[in-house]
Amino acid sequence: MFPIENYHYATSVEDAVQHLAAYEGTKILAGGTDVLVRLHEGKSGYGHLIDINGLDELKTISMDESGTIFIGSRATFTEIITNDIISRNVPMLAQSLLTIGGPQVRNTGTMGGNICNGAVSADSACAALVYEFDLQIQGTEGERRESIHGFHTGPGRTILQQGDLLKSFVIRPENYTDFKASYIKYAMRGAMDIATIGCGAAIKMHGEEVETFKLAFTVAAPTPIRCPTAEKTMKGAVISEESLKRLADAVAADVKPRTSWRASKEFRLHIIRTLAKKVTRQAVDNQGGTC
Amino acid sequence: MQTRNINLTINGKKYELVVDVRQSLLELLRERGYTSVKQGCGVGECGACTVLVDNVAVDSCLYLAVWADNTTIRTAEGECRDGKLSPVQEAYMEAGAVQCGFCTPGLIMATTAFVEENKGKTLSRQEMKKAHAGNLCRCTGYQTIINAAEEALKK
Amino acid sequence: MAIGKSHRRKDVRAKVTGKTRYTDDYSMPGMLEARYVRSPIAHGLVKNIDTTAALALPGVEAVFTFADVPKNVFPTAGHPYSLDPDHQDVADRLLLTDHVRYHGDEVAIVVARDRLTAGKAAKAVVVDYEELPICVTSAAALAPDAPAIHAGGNILKSTSFEIGGSLAEAETRADLTLQGTFRTPIVLHCHLENHTAYAYMDDNDHLVIVSSTQIPHICRRIVGQALGMEWSRIRVIKPYIGGGFGAKQDVVLEPMVAFLSTKLGGAPVKIEMDREECLVATRTRHSQTVTARAGVTKDASITFIDLDVISNTGAYASHGHSIPMAAGSKCCHLYPRAVTKFSAISHYANIPAAGAMRAYGSPQLFFGMESLLEEAARSIGMDSVEFRLKNCARPGDIKAKTGEYEHAVGIKECLEKGSAAIDWEAKKKRYATQTGNIRSGLGVACFSYGSGTYPACVEIAGCRLVLNQDGSVHMQVGATEIGQGSDTALAQMATDTLGLSYDRIHVVSEQDTDVTPFDPGAYASRQTYVAAPAVHAAADKLKRKILTHAALMTDESVENLNLANGNIVLQDQPEKVVLDLRDLALDSYYHKDRGGQLTAEVSSKTRTNAPSYGCTFVDLEVDIEMCSVTIKNIINVHDAGRIIHPLSATGQVHGGMAMGIGMALFEELMIDSETGWIYNGNLLDYKIPTCVDIPDLESEFVDTFDPTSPYGNKSLGEPPIISQGPSIRNAIWDATGVKINEMPMTPKVLFTHFRAAGLL
Repeated sequence: MFPIENYHYATSVEDAVQHLAAYEGTKILAGGTDVLVRLHEGKSGYGHLIDINGLDELKTISMDESGTIFIGSRATFTEIITNDIISRNVPMLAQSLLTIGGPQVRNTGTMGGNICNGAVSADSACAALVYEFDLQIQGTEGERRESIHGFHTGPGRTILQQGDLLKSFVIRPENYTDFKASYIKYAMRGAMDIATIGCGAAIKMHGEEVETFKLAFTVAAPTPIRCPTAEKTMKGAVISEESLKRLADAVAADVKPRTSWRASKEFRLHIIRTLAKKVTRQAVDNQGGTC
Repeated sequence: MQTRNINLTINGKKYELVVDVRQSLLELLRERGYTSVKQGCGVGECGACTVLVDNVAVDSCLYLAVWADNTTIRTAEGECRDGKLSPVQEAYMEAGAVQCGFCTPGLIMATTAFVEENKGKTLSRQEMKKAHAGNLCRCTGYQTIINAAEEALKK
Repeated sequence: MAIGKSHRRKDVRAKVTGKTRYTDDYSMPGMLEARYVRSPIAHGLVKNIDTTAALALPGVEAVFTFADVPKNVFPTAGHPYSLDPDHQDVADRLLLTDHVRYHGDEVAIVVARDRLTAGKAAKAVVVDYEELPICVTSAAALAPDAPAIHAGGNILKSTSFEIGGSLAEAETRADLTLQGTFRTPIVLHCHLENHTAYAYMDDNDHLVIVSSTQIPHICRRIVGQALGMEWSRIRVIKPYIGGGFGAKQDVVLEPMVAFLSTKLGGAPVKIEMDREECLVATRTRHSQTVTARAGVTKDASITFIDLDVISNTGAYASHGHSIPMAAGSKCCHLYPRAVTKFSAISHYANIPAAGAMRAYGSPQLFFGMESLLEEAARSIGMDSVEFRLKNCARPGDIKAKTGEYEHAVGIKECLEKGSAAIDWEAKKKRYATQTGNIRSGLGVACFSYGSGTYPACVEIAGCRLVLNQDGSVHMQVGATEIGQGSDTALAQMATDTLGLSYDRIHVVSEQDTDVTPFDPGAYASRQTYVAAPAVHAAADKLKRKILTHAALMTDESVENLNLANGNIVLQDQPEKVVLDLRDLALDSYYHKDRGGQLTAEVSSKTRTNAPSYGCTFVDLEVDIEMCSVTIKNIINVHDAGRIIHPLSATGQVHGGMAMGIGMALFEELMIDSETGWIYNGNLLDYKIPTCVDIPDLESEFVDTFDPTSPYGNKSLGEPPIISQGPSIRNAIWDATGVKINEMPMTPKVLFTHFRAAGLL
């Protein structure tokens, strides 16, 4: 029995948004793999819930003629991983989501929850950052589109306001076409774990040279981040020991890891440098990424 | 107390229930005698409560009972029909994959989902392990469990 | 012969279909739920406690605080009672306390009609604490000015012994003396079924407790001690158990549920711990610091081993000093020609109470011993396996050392078998010169263990056999099935001695102290060893009764008859069936003039203790930059005497190996050394290995027969967990040249060591 005090089963997106706006502090309940855990822990602030599990329109994964991909916020990790549109076009997203929890958690947890709970360690965040996700949000004032850049504002915090409901993720074709990408989750276990450091890269080559390079980290700063300094060093570079070393040296300027009981700052920094090199090599080797 | 009316099928039996919205599917099942569904952690870490909802493996401890409306649930009790064990149950028995037995029903359901999804495929041990990573076992070291899964996949 | 065959486990069909019932699968109408109020600080005194708000919640039946509980201080360790007052377990617990000693200690308890309400009410109890200074580490707890956690101070006990000669003399014979200090973590059992128990009264002075316990009979005695009740007025029932690994070899919830029921008119009251409580508020594995010294000669003889252990027992004694002492006494069997000196000090600290955990101090001790001896081998330039082969126990050594019994000793064969299986010599050569980021290494470590607790404790076991009307036999044993397969192994023994088929022996797995023959329970890898004589004697006795009845029915003399494959046959013509046992059984029950219910019951005491042996071989790969270890191949080889049930024996080994790998590479309960705050008391942050973290496991046995057991068997439950830590540590050293003298060897620990060694 979960200590739920007030529960509303949303019948439509509008209904959900109205309820969210009307009751301060109401949380959205989707896959339950985060919210129900908080309730079990007895954490305050989770007693009032809007259950959006009836909103099937939020589960759709589709692609329009322009090649823009839409992923409904309620699509489960498994639904995304096994979707052909995803595996053909943004396989690194599937690769990332496969590192989450175990099969059961992936069968119920949603990417909407993974991004909207603001977790610094979200395994979908690196993919979101390098594929430059947009977020389609329904608010009380209507629908709007926000970029993933700037979406996370701190540990557990996002720009979402009371009354906002994420409807879908949008991936534009220019952000995945001709990119090779990869993700490495560095964790203490091979499954059922949160990342000590997560690292994703997407790379577009022009012949032997790097045309565009995108590098993202989780748990390397108070929010998931991209690495502009490190990315610059790779522009026009050839992938080599030297260029990767430059990349690893540069990445220190982009990250701000901290010491906690889980790991020290020095250790995290070492892993960040190591992963930057490794994930880049892996992205180049991957013909677009494998799972 | 807030409630909702739900209809569901558990191991082939139909139920019409009024459920407390605060209740987990784990609690709903155990209250009705499906005690193969075990609570080991309550937060989706151990998988002892694994059941199939419309043939998809979920942690029933992190699954509201109301979400089971219009679904078909399978638990380990229902896998044995007319006294005949399912191929997965048979494989667990033959492989020696059972010790204390507390994780067993959940694991059997995880393997069942895995086998039904991958019938006829040749998979590596590592892939099989990945498919069972949501279930903890502290007795077997997983060796015989993966042996059982491997055998069940061949059946 | 049933022994040596992997018969179908007695409980396996029930388990795969989910039919076996564990404690929580029973419920009673009107069952009340209780939840503890736990301290948010690690050391302090309760100044004030206000239960008003909790009591005011609808559905709350009662709140009890430390002020309400009996003032009988009781011990909790699952040891048999001792007639020697000096050998009794330390009694340092009350049901609730106003002096909290760890983060999570129990100051009050709330009873409500449902769990949710009980949880809410527990939160509503307002407690004011006066904080006391805290000591978490051994150094802090043993400092001269350390705050006293218990009235007698922080030192629980300190003892030492010397065996096999004089240490001083052995020191003079050594050409080389080595020394090292090794640290082991607090490890948690993580049995899948949490601690859970309920109690009710079925008469004004009769209590029934249903509990997930490894030790029903001990539990009965301790509840009696805690509540001041006559032991016979308490009945403990053990249903199926979802694993224990020692955490349930302790009395944890039973005295409290019993107390609550007595206070609430005999109503059924249950405490079902949630996972987070179970992890930190039951028992843990002792964190130890082992300082080891060893002397060797140039020709590779170990002259002495000197082990000094500091054992942190946490807030309460529980098994306390027995843990290092048991390990100390068992380690002497491995290299018996060396003089062994062993000293240990056990102390309190403001951390969760440590108790029994699989192999009871031995994984800690052997981490120190087998790591240091690796250093000894390398220091004199000898191969690690050869060094161990030269020094390990040989047949005759144990009798020579103890002057008592001859035992099977198969450690040499274990080392040879393991070395061949892992291809030691070829790989050694291949790995000799490695550079670069990824390097492979080989490691080996041995262990010795005991079979039971004798002579430290009494070893008593019981078996009752009843011939049923249909010619099958019901077996009741005091040995407690907790998942390890003891019911099956003991049924196989009875099968062979009786001459019945295995399927005709039914084991009563649920235990009930009002009915079940006396036996203290599942611990010390004792059960198949100490129950074997009881089973053997009872089976022999029942067989004689059956044959005597057969003689009455057939005019044949008892001497001419035998029981084979469930039939009465002629002794010298076993193919000649004289009587079907079914007919005999019916006759014995229902013939008006002869027979009776044919039963046999034996309670026996074992006064031997067979040492068992084994080793771990590991081949692994270290990725230095990633600070990671990948096990490529790991093999355990055991000398456990005769193997009763190969599949179950292998299963025990696999499970122990996985736990050992967990301790070596993953697991540690982390506690802030300043505040005593527990960081990772949940299954996400306390990292037990998942399926993908455990490599494929290999296990082998060597063929020995211990003459002190009627079936030749020795211990196997705990030994498989002992030698992974040092073998992995030795292999990492082999691969990288870096010695890591602490467990777990997690990536962050490897990082620190690799950086210090200049590898990163």
